[in-house]
Formats: sequence, structure tokens, C-alpha cells
Amino acid sequence: MAEVTEEKVVAKVKEPKEPLFSKKNKKLLTDPLADNNPITIQVLGICSALAITAQLKPSIVMAISVIFVLGIGNVVISLMRNIIPSKIRIIVQLVVVAALVIVVDQVLKAFAYTLSKELSVFIGLIITNCIIMGRFEAFALGNGPWKSFLDGIGNAAGYGVLLIIVAFFRELLGSGTLFGAKVLGDPIEKTGLYAYGYENNGFMVLAPMALITVGIIIWIQRSRNKALIEDH
Amino acid sequence: MAINTDKNSYTIIFAVVMVLVVGTVLAGISSVLKPNITANKITEKQQNILFAMGIADTEDPNEFVPAEKAQELFDQYVGDEQYIITGNSAQKTTDAFNIEVKKENDKLKQDPNYERKMPLFIGKKDGEEFYVVPMRGNGLWDAIWGYVSLDKEFKTVKGAFFDHKGETPGLGANIKEAYFRDDFIGEHILDASGNYKGITVKKGNGDPKNVRKDDNAVDAMAGATITGDGVTAMVKKGIRMYQPYFETLKK
Repeated sequence: MAEVTEEKVVAKVKEPKEPLFSKKNKKLLTDPLADNNPITIQVLGICSALAITAQLKPSIVMAISVIFVLGIGNVVISLMRNIIPSKIRIIVQLVVVAALVIVVDQVLKAFAYTLSKELSVFIGLIITNCIIMGRFEAFALGNGPWKSFLDGIGNAAGYGVLLIIVAFFRELLGSGTLFGAKVLGDPIEKTGLYAYGYENNGFMVLAPMALITVGIIIWIQRSRNKALIEDH
Repeated sequence: MAINTDKNSYTIIFAVVMVLVVGTVLAGISSVLKPNITANKITEKQQNILFAMGIADTEDPNEFVPAEKAQELFDQYVGDEQYIITGNSAQKTTDAFNIEVKKENDKLKQDPNYERKMPLFIGKKDGEEFYVVPMRGNGLWDAIWGYVSLDKEFKTVKGAFFDHKGETPGLGANIKEAYFRDDFIGEHILDASGNYKGITVKKGNGDPKNVRKDDNAVDAMAGATITGDGVTAMVKKGIRMYQPYFETLKK
């Protein structure tokens, strides 16, 4: 959480006008994609990452929904940051997330019904997704709307990228499919790879393997970038 | 900063205004999208009923018929063969489609003398009749519901579809899966002497492949005892309510 306090301090210093995509702003957008990834580095939003990554399609929808909610939510909170009473700021944050999530839920129900059934409980889970409250509290409350927007999009995208990577391996190795298409052949008809005795790993569709997959990604990431390893 | 955001009065006013604004916006969105959502729910119900009759997507038998074809196929296979059953009499009306089992259950709870209306859909496919019974019950976390189709002797199940609101993914949520649902096909709801017994979701009934169709039991799902018991209760109660009417039909 060291970065969090730093960001708040930085925000309090009056900054000179800077271009929309200055180096610093670009960093807000790109940092969470890799070196400050919400899942692998900040360890936020793990619960939903475990739950929905058994298949690619729900992961992508979840990623898009979170980008929408976090991008807009961060802007709303940032616009209100000077008028929010600090005593009830967490409640205000919750109301903003809940309202946005209800909007997403209703829109999905109206225009993508099957998908909304598939996601059912997970849409509600966005409210409790720690990334959202985490970014509101740590960033949007102390920064302007444009910066907060970039931070929201960046963090949600970083979360989404990880979801998609994990879902890719879980769907491919667990069910032998990608987006439901049987890319490895048919396990019942024994075509493709299955003709040579390959079997799907049923473990991959269960939640623990998501955790292990995330763990492997963290391992790879930290061994490539030694600066990420904390000293103890 | 001009406003003192720490004052109690400010906090209260802020909270009230926020709730009013958010409430209005959400209510507005909900009423704009309502027609779409209702239409989707109707389509889903048609797909469910057709699915219980064994009418599914031509490419993937585990999927419903495509949403845009649901109305057409529903008209073709069920049409106006919809009945509202009260006790042992039936009334032919397409209102049956709009009856919600949940609301009828609630009315009965409030007034024990209420004569419940039970919807029944009679589908015809390849010259066979399917009596589709909607039902609703409780799983572990939330509601479960389903559609079970019976043959014209009201003795065996010809198809079933179950769904749930919030059962555990990978455990109770498996009532939606083909391996569980399809075990019901061909299963008897009457015992050997013709008395109503329903179907029990049973652990360790020594028949995991579900070869015996006359034992009134299907194999349970691993790790989902309470959801399974919920299905047992729902199927047993759901079909039993129709028994008086089925008896008169049999005569």
C-alpha cells in the first residue's frame, strides 16, 4: 500500500497545467497493465478473477463491465471529491458503484439476456470487487477527473488483461475449447489431439487452478522484473 | 474550500440528495428498459417449455432454440394448448402462460383456502403429447424452478429442465447440466402399484448410470445435497398438485 499514500501526497501539491496525454498521465494508463497490475501486484480483485475465468467469454464481458464501472465511477467520485462529507465517504462510494452496477445489470438483461444469465451473480460481485473501492479510495478521492478516468480505465484494463490470460489457459486446458469452439478436437468423437490420447484436465475448470494460474503469472512477472520483488 | 463538509447538517443533506438523485436515475433507467426485459423473460419461458419437450437448438442439443425462433416454434408445438387447472377442472386459455407459480404459492401461503391456479401446457411433437408442468422450489441459497414434461398416461417423465437463481457454481448449479437433467427422462413418477411417488434425487442408490427407470430415483450430484433435496421436494410437490386433474383425464 506504499504507492497509495504517495499518490495522495502528490495530489495535494498544486500541479501546473499539463497536456492530456503527458508522460505521467500515460503512466497512469499503462502502469496497471504490467508493473502495477491490480491482480498480480496490488492483489485486488482476486475473488472475481477466480470465479469467472473458467471460460473466455464471461471473462471478457466481466472485463468490459469493470472498465465501464471503474472508469465512470472514478470520474464521478473525483468530481464529487470536494463535496463528499468525509464521514460518509465509503457509503457514498458504495452507492456510486451499486448504482453503476445496477445500470450494467439492467442493460445486459435488456440486450444480452443469455449473457446476463451466465454472469448472474458475478455482475453483483462487481460491487464487492475490491479494485473498485480500492481505486476510489486511493486515487479518485485525491485526483482530478481526467487523471481518475485514466487510472480507472488503466486498472480495470489491467484486471481485464489478467482475466483473459487466465481464462485462455483455463478454457483451453480444462475444456479444450476457446470461446466454446472445439480447437483441440472433439473429446467424445476422439478427433484432433484426443485421437492421440490427450485428455482435458478437469482440474483447470475448478477455482483452485485459477489461483495457481495467477500464481504462475506472478512468478513469471517477478522473475522478469526483479524490481517487483519485495525485500524481507 | 467554501463548504464545511464536516458539519452534521451538511452530511445529512448530502445523503438525502444523493439518495433522491440516484433513486430517480435508476427508476428512470429501469422503466425505459422494462419492455425489453419482459420480452426476454417471455422468450426464455417459451424456450424452457420447448426444451422440456425435447425441442432444442438443431446444432447443439444442450442449447435452447434460438431466441428469435422461440415464438414461432412455441406457436407451432404448443400454440393455444394452454390450460389453467383449478382442483380437477381445466380451462383452456392462453392466460396460463402469464401465471407465475411463485405468486400462486404466495397467495396460498396468505390464504390457506385459496384455490390455486395451475398452468399446464400440452405440446404435440411427432404425434406424441407432452404435458409440461412448471414448478418452483427452494435450493440451498435461493429459488430453483423447472419444467417437467409427462407422457399422456402421466406415468413417465419425457423431459425436464431445471434452472436456479443462485446455487453454487460447479455444485448446486449443476442442476442445469445435461448429465443431471437427462437422468429424469424416462423415470417413473408412479410406483409399481400405480400410486404417486414423485422422483427422488438420491445419494448412493446403486444406480449411477440410471438404468433402472422404475425406481423413482435419479443419482444425486456430488457436493450438492441440499440443492438435490430441493429438486426432490419441488418435483414431488409440483406434480402432485396436478394429480387430481390427471386422475380425471385418465378416466
